[in-house]
Amino acid sequence: MEHEQNIGIGLTHDETSSIDHTGLDFASVRADFPILQQQVNGHPLVYLDNAATAQKPNCVIDAIQRHYECDNANIHRGVHALSVRSTERYEQARLKLQQFLGAERVEELIFVRSATEAINLVAQTYARNCLSTGDEVLITELEHHSNIVPWQLVCEQTGAKLRIAPINDAGEVIYDEFVNILSAKTKIASFSHVSNALGTINPVREMTTAAHEAGAVVMIDGAQAAPHIPIDVQEIGCDFYAITGHKMFGPTGIGVLYGRYDLLNALPPYQTGGDMILSVSFDKTVYNEVPYKFEAGTPNISGAIGLGMAADYLMKLGMDRVLAYENELLSYATSTLSNIPNIRIIGTAAHKAAVVSFIVEGVHAHDVGTILDNAGIAVRTGHHCAQPVMAHFGIEATARASMAAYNTMKEIDSLAEAIREVVEVFG
Amino acid sequence: MSDLGDLYQNMILDHNKSPRNRRAINDPDHCAEGYNALCGDRVTVYIDVDGDVIKDVSFEGSGCAISTASASLMTETLKGKTLDEAKEIFQSFHHLITEGPVETNDASGLGKLVVFSGVCRYPARVKCATLVWHTVNAALDNNTKKISTE
Repeated sequence: MEHEQNIGIGLTHDETSSIDHTGLDFASVRADFPILQQQVNGHPLVYLDNAATAQKPNCVIDAIQRHYECDNANIHRGVHALSVRSTERYEQARLKLQQFLGAERVEELIFVRSATEAINLVAQTYARNCLSTGDEVLITELEHHSNIVPWQLVCEQTGAKLRIAPINDAGEVIYDEFVNILSAKTKIASFSHVSNALGTINPVREMTTAAHEAGAVVMIDGAQAAPHIPIDVQEIGCDFYAITGHKMFGPTGIGVLYGRYDLLNALPPYQTGGDMILSVSFDKTVYNEVPYKFEAGTPNISGAIGLGMAADYLMKLGMDRVLAYENELLSYATSTLSNIPNIRIIGTAAHKAAVVSFIVEGVHAHDVGTILDNAGIAVRTGHHCAQPVMAHFGIEATARASMAAYNTMKEIDSLAEAIREVVEVFG
Repeated sequence: MSDLGDLYQNMILDHNKSPRNRRAINDPDHCAEGYNALCGDRVTVYIDVDGDVIKDVSFEGSGCAISTASASLMTETLKGKTLDEAKEIFQSFHHLITEGPVETNDASGLGKLVVFSGVCRYPARVKCATLVWHTVNAALDNNTKKISTE
């Protein structure tokens, strides 16, 4: 059964007023996301919680539905038509992700549940095997808990030491400190591409080069980068790179670990069971080739297909255009919010993704969140699973407005208006 | 603002701005610490009793307006009450926050606490209002384990 997949992309070359000079037709992008066409608490939904999870375009929703309506069968087994089709779609999705991340070989892409699982996989296979007492793992103060705790655990297991590169008051990793901590003892350096709490974009290429010069292997948590900035793992030069589907317009429960082929090949399996083996007897089991060695059990097939479609959607929008448009949203949001008395923006890095973390002086973030919700505006409030970042700034929590390609300047105005109401209620 | 007024009533805003009995009690008869992992709110409750009557009650900690006002009003409500009355008030308050006001709410002894009746329409905020009360309960049970609303 052939069905051309309609991507319904928000990108046209028509002369319409909604085409931003960055080339992104944001009104048309917006129309691709059905969930955005609703009212919340009597107001049009303003969804600014994209760093927590992003919404899904019709093409992704349709791809998942089509899988279950037309193609569903288990993959990599069975000779029947549906199994063949499911396998093809699953492997086509892997090819899309290869293209999206700029990987050299398709075998370098492993489907996992999430970026969290990707980091745990590397920690429990690569790191657990190579670390011993006296070795060091280097992370930064900027990390999400998911790029802290897996390393704490593997350090406990192996006797290695976890080192932390500090950040400055703008929320940027202090590059010189990062380099200073690197030494022959550093076996692994793991850092985020983009900070989830503050939006800081790290100079990952320079950091990777420095870590490699010290002899360390580099893991990058790209969960917050994937939907916002172009990624090219070969250009960055990293050894491992993790992304998650649901933050890049794909479904939940699916993510990708990129790993350099030679490294992946040398690793022991992470989980064992069906599909990750070539042959099993009670005397000896032969593991499958990469990437299948790391995909034990029936995977999230529809999730992978949905994620492949999401990657396709983003590539058709053009990540350069997405970045340019989101930069405009960011500078508008930053200047608009800065003009409100009693607002303090946390995280003022020179290079930022479209995230504005802020506090309203004297008002707890949860109260800010409730008043914004009352105006139909969704933001995240709390510590953003980055308590060390909050601790650096001496705060418990922030409200965080995180934008995506479908957000508009008008929505920033609605946000600002609702924040003024916060100030009024608590004034 | 009209909807928000149900939640952020003036009395709540006032107790948030000027919390009553926010102080420690030295060597208290009962003490417990509460923590809401979701938002990072922390509260410590101190209780001194005379027989089965609550002689003094206070709290320390930081949180949102709902949790701060809830702690402040808790101290005003419980001072002078018996331990059994305190437990009953906790039950009534919990019902108010999760299910909404009952018809004859003054019989439940809630008094000023009815100001929190709007919270039940904000499910995400229920824990903010109840954290301090769970902590009171733990303190009276001499439960030294850190209390979480999770």
